Amino acid sequence: MRATRLTVTACLLGLAGCATGPTPVTTPAPAAPKPMVSTPEAIAKAEADSARYPYTEADLQFMTGMISHHAQAITMANLVREKDRGAAPAVVTLAARIINAQKDEIALMQNWLRDRRQPVPEPNPSGMRMVMNGAEHDMLMPGMLTPEQMTALRQSRGETFDELFLRSMIQHHNGATMMVQTLFDTYGAGQDQMVFKFASDVNIDQTTEIARMEKMLGSIIFARHSQ
Amino acid sequence: MMVARRFAPLALGLWGLAGCTSSTANPGGSMPAPMGRVAITPPNPDPRVGLKAGPDAGEAAWNMRLVSNTKPSAKFVGSTNSDIAFRGNLVIQGNYNGYQMWDVSDPAKPTLHSFRYCPASQSDVSTYKNLLFVSAEGNTGRIDCGDQGVKDPISTDRIKGIRIFDITDVSNPKNVANVQTCRGSHTHSVLADPKDTENVYVYISGSAPSRSEKELPGCVKDKNDPNTAEFRIEVIKVPLAHPELAAIVSSPRIFNDLNQTKSHGSAPDDLAAIAAAKARGDFIVSFGGGEQVLPSGFAKVLLDSTVKARNGTGPATGADSAALRAGLPALIAKLVGRGEDDGHKHPGVTSCHDITLYPAIGFAGGACEGYGLLIDIKDPANPRRIAAVSDTNFSYWHSATFNNDGTKLLFSDEWGGGGGPKCRASDPKEWGADAIFAIDNGKLTFQSYYKMPAAQTSLENCVAHNGSLIPIPGRDVMVQAFYQGGVTVFDWTDAKHPTEIAFFDRGPIDANRMGNAGSWSIYWYNGYMISSEIGRGLDIFELTASPAISQNEIDAAKSVKLDYLNAQGQPKSSWPATFALARAYLDQLERSGGLSNTRIGAIRASLKTSESASGAARSTGLNGLASQVSGEASGSKDAAKVRMLADAVKRLATS
Repeated sequence: MRATRLTVTACLLGLAGCATGPTPVTTPAPAAPKPMVSTPEAIAKAEADSARYPYTEADLQFMTGMISHHAQAITMANLVREKDRGAAPAVVTLAARIINAQKDEIALMQNWLRDRRQPVPEPNPSGMRMVMNGAEHDMLMPGMLTPEQMTALRQSRGETFDELFLRSMIQHHNGATMMVQTLFDTYGAGQDQMVFKFASDVNIDQTTEIARMEKMLGSIIFARHSQ
Repeated sequence: MMVARRFAPLALGLWGLAGCTSSTANPGGSMPAPMGRVAITPPNPDPRVGLKAGPDAGEAAWNMRLVSNTKPSAKFVGSTNSDIAFRGNLVIQGNYNGYQMWDVSDPAKPTLHSFRYCPASQSDVSTYKNLLFVSAEGNTGRIDCGDQGVKDPISTDRIKGIRIFDITDVSNPKNVANVQTCRGSHTHSVLADPKDTENVYVYISGSAPSRSEKELPGCVKDKNDPNTAEFRIEVIKVPLAHPELAAIVSSPRIFNDLNQTKSHGSAPDDLAAIAAAKARGDFIVSFGGGEQVLPSGFAKVLLDSTVKARNGTGPATGADSAALRAGLPALIAKLVGRGEDDGHKHPGVTSCHDITLYPAIGFAGGACEGYGLLIDIKDPANPRRIAAVSDTNFSYWHSATFNNDGTKLLFSDEWGGGGGPKCRASDPKEWGADAIFAIDNGKLTFQSYYKMPAAQTSLENCVAHNGSLIPIPGRDVMVQAFYQGGVTVFDWTDAKHPTEIAFFDRGPIDANRMGNAGSWSIYWYNGYMISSEIGRGLDIFELTASPAISQNEIDAAKSVKLDYLNAQGQPKSSWPATFALARAYLDQLERSGGLSNTRIGAIRASLKTSESASGAARSTGLNGLASQVSGEASGSKDAAKVRMLADAVKRLATS
């Protein structure tokens, strides 16, 4: 069946038209989160929380790695908003909500790290910056798009873009839920209340959004072949 | 329309119901809102904007007042206050450290009656008779109520599920049972079945990933395994005489009929259509948590490809059809985005966040991830989906509230999980809001959105959260918490035009960052609105008379007395015969113009005379008035309300 499957898939992708969608509805850009600073009170509260339920290396990795994971989602979603992209209004709405949600969550992760006096990374959409053998590398977190996948997404338009965007974001979200699962499977991790709540929210929000995106993708594919 | 063509509603899917973009968003702060003939003019500028931040944050109130604020007791300071339940004069306030029981006999001075230190998030609470139920979901909850957490990912020390306490002696709660579930209990709802007086049922919703079967036998994490712990809720049956025997009786889907996995995403009509399609031999595909019939045009494309793949020509044979059928799941998984390398993922509706049970009408509203559900609960152990809606503006369906008649259902969207500042001026009014639906013959029809209208800062977590009806007779009025966005009271009698009629708000608790505060839930209970403030403790409010709500309406609302309340088990209000009730209807008729001012004046005078009379004079006067008013109904543009007035007066005559 493998050969058949590939043939059909290729055929479907090849059929994708280049029709430009209607002008996307304007959705207001989210307000930039206010730059946060750690206050003595916030640091004291974090210390008290950690004395009770200590965070671990796995929690730090999660709260650090998810920043670049989110940063890439925002980069992807920003493509949707470009004028000549020709994305469908439903995709534009979805993207606006992803940008709004994940910007706020980046601020939350940065605050959590800052209050624990940990390095606070800037959102880097190419991956988590790591130093290995003296050289800097960007490590892709699970589900993140490779540079090749990002290029393909950047180069597509109209319905082809919508389809590729949905597929890519489903992959991306699946990776985030895997990160949560990995975290909770790790000894000592997910005890910190903010980490538990945030990771659970990521799990449930993104699982919900994946189902929504699957339906959207199904609509595109089915509509194309039912005409 | 391009949208319709490119995102054509799926033949049998629910997605087509989405996108209520043509609706009217709530009118915002500065527009006078019509409510009958009296224009309700909100304060302008809105005093909630620009409130002072910090521990001594500024406050703004309109048409309601803060009666008291009580700080958490020592063991609960700095720990999140969560949901609340009520019993007699007690408010039971959940907290991530356990629960506190406040005696609110004097609402101006609540006193701590007792508490139980027993950490677990979220510690949502419900009560029924002598029992108290507490939700446990976090990784740190321990069976022994210890606060050292549970470091091992697999441990028998952990509790995720429901703790049951016997509170016969309120000062000394006894932990009589712990019911463990795979995904823990984020929230729960207690169902007192009118037909079963020996048991009470608890519906459990969890939103964390399932734990390992090594920790709790039977928990299957793999979403593709037919026995997965996802895609279901748990129903616990608690024998009232023996609460220690409480146990899961069904996990709607798993113990009954595996097909019900799919039914969580489809309505009965859809299921019937799928069954018919299966009988015909149509191709059925499964994605997004539900089953669909493959459109015939698409099936033909795929069959042609199958023929081509074997280098054949002509029409597809039975063998081609069988080959396609065998390969279809993998093919569709690939088409809708599940790559082969992550084929174990099976996204879809995995659980509900919250379920509001309304046993008086035999229905529940389920807020379940991407869907709002109407559920038949007449058989408590076997809840049955009868309608589902989705909405492109809704991110995460959080909770549900029926109007008292059961003709409308309001869902809230906890976009961002409650930790985000989703009420900034730049955040759309349709996001993180309520959506109101009409219920008609088991179908849900979208009416409008409502969101607390005042712009908040980026330092205030704000999104629609828990609330309840205020039993004002003849109107649908609700009070609702929006975390640090404060609390809002709104009228949704006209479902297409919900209107804010009262509010209370404080400035951000921290001037520099998002602090841990805001109203988690606010519920009307026996005359007061009681709010669980996450960081600041227990707030008690009362309504103040205004053009939006008259003193008679407030008095009539206060006449509804309950012995206990769990907001997720909604009670149906009925009003005792009082003069306040009749006058409340009269005030509403004045607002709507349903009777002339002359008649309203005359009826008021007549009521006053009867109130000071007694015996036969009283009942004769009231009976006469009732039949007189009854006769005026047909000539009124608000006939239903005139009849309600006549009925209230008639009941007074015999009371």
